Amino acid sequence: MNPITAFIFELQEVTNLLWRSIKGLRKKPRYFREIIYQIDYIGVGSFAIVVLTGFFTGGVIILQSYPTLEYYGAQSNAGQGVATALIRELGPVLTALMVAGRVGSAISAELGSMVVSQQIDAMRALGTSPVRKLVTPRLIALLITLPLLTVGADLFGLIGGGLIARELHGLDMNVYISSVRTGVKIQDLIGGIIKPVFFGLIIGLISCYKGLSTTGGTVGVGESTTKAVVASSIIVIIADFFLSKVLQTLFGGPLF
Amino acid sequence: MTFEAPDIFGANGGPQSEYEATLDERLIPTIEFRDVELAFDEQVVLNKISFSVRRGETRIVLGGSGSGKSTIINLILGLIKPDAGQVLIDGLDITELDDQDMMRIRKTIGMIFQEGALFDSLSVYDNVAYRLHEEGVPEDEVEHEVLRMLRFINLEEAIDKMPIELSGGMRRRVGIARALVGNPNIVLFDEPTAGLDPPTARTICELAIKLRDIEDVSSIFVTHEMNNLEYLSSEYAVIERSGDVHFELAGKTFCLTNTSVMMLRQGNIIFNGSEDDLRASEDPYIKRFIRGK
Repeated sequence: MNPITAFIFELQEVTNLLWRSIKGLRKKPRYFREIIYQIDYIGVGSFAIVVLTGFFTGGVIILQSYPTLEYYGAQSNAGQGVATALIRELGPVLTALMVAGRVGSAISAELGSMVVSQQIDAMRALGTSPVRKLVTPRLIALLITLPLLTVGADLFGLIGGGLIARELHGLDMNVYISSVRTGVKIQDLIGGIIKPVFFGLIIGLISCYKGLSTTGGTVGVGESTTKAVVASSIIVIIADFFLSKVLQTLFGGPLF
Repeated sequence: MTFEAPDIFGANGGPQSEYEATLDERLIPTIEFRDVELAFDEQVVLNKISFSVRRGETRIVLGGSGSGKSTIINLILGLIKPDAGQVLIDGLDITELDDQDMMRIRKTIGMIFQEGALFDSLSVYDNVAYRLHEEGVPEDEVEHEVLRMLRFINLEEAIDKMPIELSGGMRRRVGIARALVGNPNIVLFDEPTAGLDPPTARTICELAIKLRDIEDVSSIFVTHEMNNLEYLSSEYAVIERSGDVHFELAGKTFCLTNTSVMMLRQGNIIFNGSEDDLRASEDPYIKRFIRGK
């Protein structure tokens, strides 16, 4: 199968998986307990790494940009720089990449192991739809938790930036907070929440698809896990570009 | 060897009504393949095969790797669809059913996988109770049913263990218990004794014999091992009024007619008959398969 045919085939399969998982919501059982468990695993479990990522990203933005801002006498706008970069781009993308690494790999490995040990076949033989039982709860959990985790990363990024600005450069915290408040527009916040919803869908669908299409025993599980993380990370970054463009068009171009 | 019988019989020793089949039900084959064809790309997996399994009958399916044995099981479960022909379960053609309707059919079929295929994240109790939990059965009824099934496989002590703590034979027995919850009238065995020591393999065969003779279950028993063939074709289970089950050799009191053997080769049925006829066959492939040389 040539790469283009393979890509179209996989796109068709992933779309089919999405459709089946949406259909799975219409009828009982809906596996609320599984959804809650996944929200806890994905959301609460990823909070620490996402917060750390956000905190140090906010810090490094200040570390790199503050001298330049100071050169132009614009250090009072440091908060705006951190807020814009984090809320519009870095918060959603970095959170998605961290979750793809931690959760996407876990989903793919878990489902892949279930495939090779015939647990998925057993589930179907016992009259349960693996899509409804395994895929739908994970997708819902990602759609709910990724925007929340992104907000967490943004908040801690702003705190990290503020702390570095104050401790290393002596910037007054009130100046920093004021700059953040004037710099952040409602469009940024909306865009910063919309993006992770799409990213959650991308990570969930690709990880579940790669896991469920595992072949070739334990080696296959490793391969599908790698493919899940690589594919979802790349597609998140590509999708970010197009989402940014769509949001700019909707909200009337980038704002300062 | 004797077993303590499960409580599948009433206190007076008579069978429960759910195990009684009407004459009509007996006339309709439980499983029927009609000219089933299946190919993956250019590779022919099943070539116009036809056979039927009656209620209470065990069909032992022999054949080398890639002969189409597991494909037959997947077709019965509706996990794959044939390219041509029909697969009928209790007289109903399942080849045209969608996945939703197939889910209902699968609930009447018990499937026993080669390695047990237990859910790693669930305890033995939750594995056996899986089907009942999915159906939202009250927990006290679930507990009663799980204990009944664990008694059937003689593994009550393992109820709280996780699958990782079980030996290979125990995993398969738990897999059998899980498959039997809900009293399926069809049970499919996919090489259930592969890699087990002879006494444990014998235990699995005894469970299959009990299902056939006491619970009137139709089954497909895919295997490579000639010991399994001998046990299933020559012994039958008898239940005493006390509830104990013991096994007797056919031939002493009556001839066993509810077990037959089918051999596949490259998607074709090359033998369909009794174990005696199989052993008497002059077909070089069959002779080599049975004797290993």
